[in-house]
Amino acid sequence: MLKIKKKIIVRIIIMLDINNLKVSIAGKSILKGVSLHVKPGEIHAIMGPNGSGKSTLASVLTGREFAEVTEGTVTYMGNNLLEMSPEDRAKEGIFLGFQYPIEIPGVSMVNFMKTAVNEKRKHHGLDPLSASDFLKMMREKKELVEIDSKLANRSVNEGFSGGEKKKNEIFQMAMLEPKLAILDETDSGLDIDALRIVANGVNKLKKADNSFIVITHYQRLLDHIIPDVVHVLYDGRIVKTAGKELALELEAKGYDWIKKEVENNVIA
Amino acid sequence: MSGNSEVSEKYLNLYRENIDKISSISAPYINSFRSSAFERFSKLGIPSKKDEAYKYTNLNIFFDHDYRSYFLPVASDFIKAEEFRCDVADLDAHGIVLLNGFYPTINDKLRQLPSGVWIGSINEAALRFPDLIEKHYGKYADSDTDGLVHLNTAMASDGVFVYVPKGVRFNKPVQIVNLVQSEEDMFNQHRNLIIVEKDAEFSIIICDHALSPKKFLTNAVTEVYVGESAHFDLVRVQNEHNAACKVTHTFIHQEKNSITSSINMTLHGGLIRNSTYHFLGGENAETNSCGLYLTDKWQHVDNFVNVDHAFPNCTSNQLFKGVLDDMSTGAFNGRILVRPDAQKTLAYQKNNNILLTDDAKMDTKPQLEIHADDVKCSHGATVGQLDGDALFYLQSRGIDKHEAKLMLMFGFAHEVIQNIKVEPLRERMDNLVMQRLRGELSRCASCVVKCG
Repeated sequence: MLKIKKKIIVRIIIMLDINNLKVSIAGKSILKGVSLHVKPGEIHAIMGPNGSGKSTLASVLTGREFAEVTEGTVTYMGNNLLEMSPEDRAKEGIFLGFQYPIEIPGVSMVNFMKTAVNEKRKHHGLDPLSASDFLKMMREKKELVEIDSKLANRSVNEGFSGGEKKKNEIFQMAMLEPKLAILDETDSGLDIDALRIVANGVNKLKKADNSFIVITHYQRLLDHIIPDVVHVLYDGRIVKTAGKELALELEAKGYDWIKKEVENNVIA
Repeated sequence: MSGNSEVSEKYLNLYRENIDKISSISAPYINSFRSSAFERFSKLGIPSKKDEAYKYTNLNIFFDHDYRSYFLPVASDFIKAEEFRCDVADLDAHGIVLLNGFYPTINDKLRQLPSGVWIGSINEAALRFPDLIEKHYGKYADSDTDGLVHLNTAMASDGVFVYVPKGVRFNKPVQIVNLVQSEEDMFNQHRNLIIVEKDAEFSIIICDHALSPKKFLTNAVTEVYVGESAHFDLVRVQNEHNAACKVTHTFIHQEKNSITSSINMTLHGGLIRNSTYHFLGGENAETNSCGLYLTDKWQHVDNFVNVDHAFPNCTSNQLFKGVLDDMSTGAFNGRILVRPDAQKTLAYQKNNNILLTDDAKMDTKPQLEIHADDVKCSHGATVGQLDGDALFYLQSRGIDKHEAKLMLMFGFAHEVIQNIKVEPLRERMDNLVMQRLRGELSRCASCVVKCG
């Protein structure tokens, strides 16, 4: 009996399944047929030059309305992700670490997180956390991501430095315990210390059954967060997929050789 | 006469017919202002939309109506007022109730609080403290353009008097509850005078409530004197019903090194017009003038602010925010006058509005008149919808769109509320505003009549 049960668990193989995804923004084609398969426990890095469509991919996965899906499918945990509202995606375990976190004056971090955590609990049929349990959770997660205690007493991101905002994203991720976290250029604008803290936060939150998609421009974040797979997104397509060594190659040689390869392939 | 002559005629007649009765119950010094005020009112009249300062507010909806006027207080009327209890939990304040503009006839008309602070009826004070009254009464409330200020001076006969002597730091706020109660539609006026002497500290909360579902029109003038290095905070909470119109004129006169704040919290009312005049009458004076208005249905809220920088090195901040729903309308007019000698002035103004529907409307007008060259002045006004990026940010954390919108509106409003220094009141305002935004509060939460 036990053996059979184990098998069933193991059979949830694909967490996120993107097939031939085509997306345009204001009539302009941005993603031109992206396919990506993420299994539980994997870390995928998506690299690529500016304007290749990395952030658009993150937006589509989290349900921003400005991007229009013209073709393809996205399946998350067996469900059609594209039909879900942004809040339902979040409640089902998707998290986006924003490239540019938004300042929300007048909304306290505590209230924001309490609402988010309890909405998610409600969705899963759980009672809201008591005030003391919630504060205990806040304290633990703050320590985990080395965020300044005072930041949690302020309005969401208001007056935070660039580094503080990014750390705050990781803090929120720790609070919400997502199954699939998409980090959109979380490393941009960070100094070495902040980068290390952010990466440590991710590594501490890494478990056997949750996955990460790390979108980054540079290899340096991947010194700290070791990806299982590295993809290169260029001109709306994934043009190369390989192991973590690809990131080092890109760091050494830049993106030009990839661009050339793509152009040659098109000509051929 | 400018203004609206037909409507004004009603109020001129009201004066002519009742001035003897009014004078008979009023202190002589207060009476001594009446005839000249009447003359000025005769010239200016009830403001109309042709008056620049009332361009966006149609007073006729309320002024062109036949009211019973409340000139003589009747003891039995105060029984209901005495039953009124403010429901702000943990609010530790000295309370005063004004009914239809009058101080209760039942108790002592003047009360002495610790440290020599006096609160009570202004009419009584005019008899008991003639020196104070003659020094301050009618000295700050003036307007070359607004006839309603003079209508008040001509006919108001009671209101609240507060005296905080030199050097007294009075930590416990005084709360004035203005009640209107009548079985007929009613017009009433009252007149407040607050004197905060040199080095004193004082804070006052003024709450407006309507106790019966009748049409009410209130025209109130408050004069405040803030002495050298004194601190003064005013919070006004307006929570009436859609048939109530409140026109307030607040004149705050500041001496050097004094600091004041004025916060108008307008949660509910049919037509509300608050004119707040700040006179920075000495060096290094500072004032913070704020307002929050939440409107729906056919409500209209108009905030008119006038900051007069008459001396160097003074600071003023204006922060007014509004959330307008349904077909409600609002207006903001913020004037900053920097006189030629007022160098090193810092004067800021911000007016932000969220319109929740296509039918809601907001008119906002900054008015900066700067006659000095070494000053920093800024103004900014926005009228728009909720920030889409912020909305998505909240949704992306699993917060439903509806709840996310509420959080954003609450956050927007909280920026004003956080300026309230009295903590229980601040918490209460947070709660009331949240309830109001959720639509759970379609009328005054503490109102005893279920008038809708």
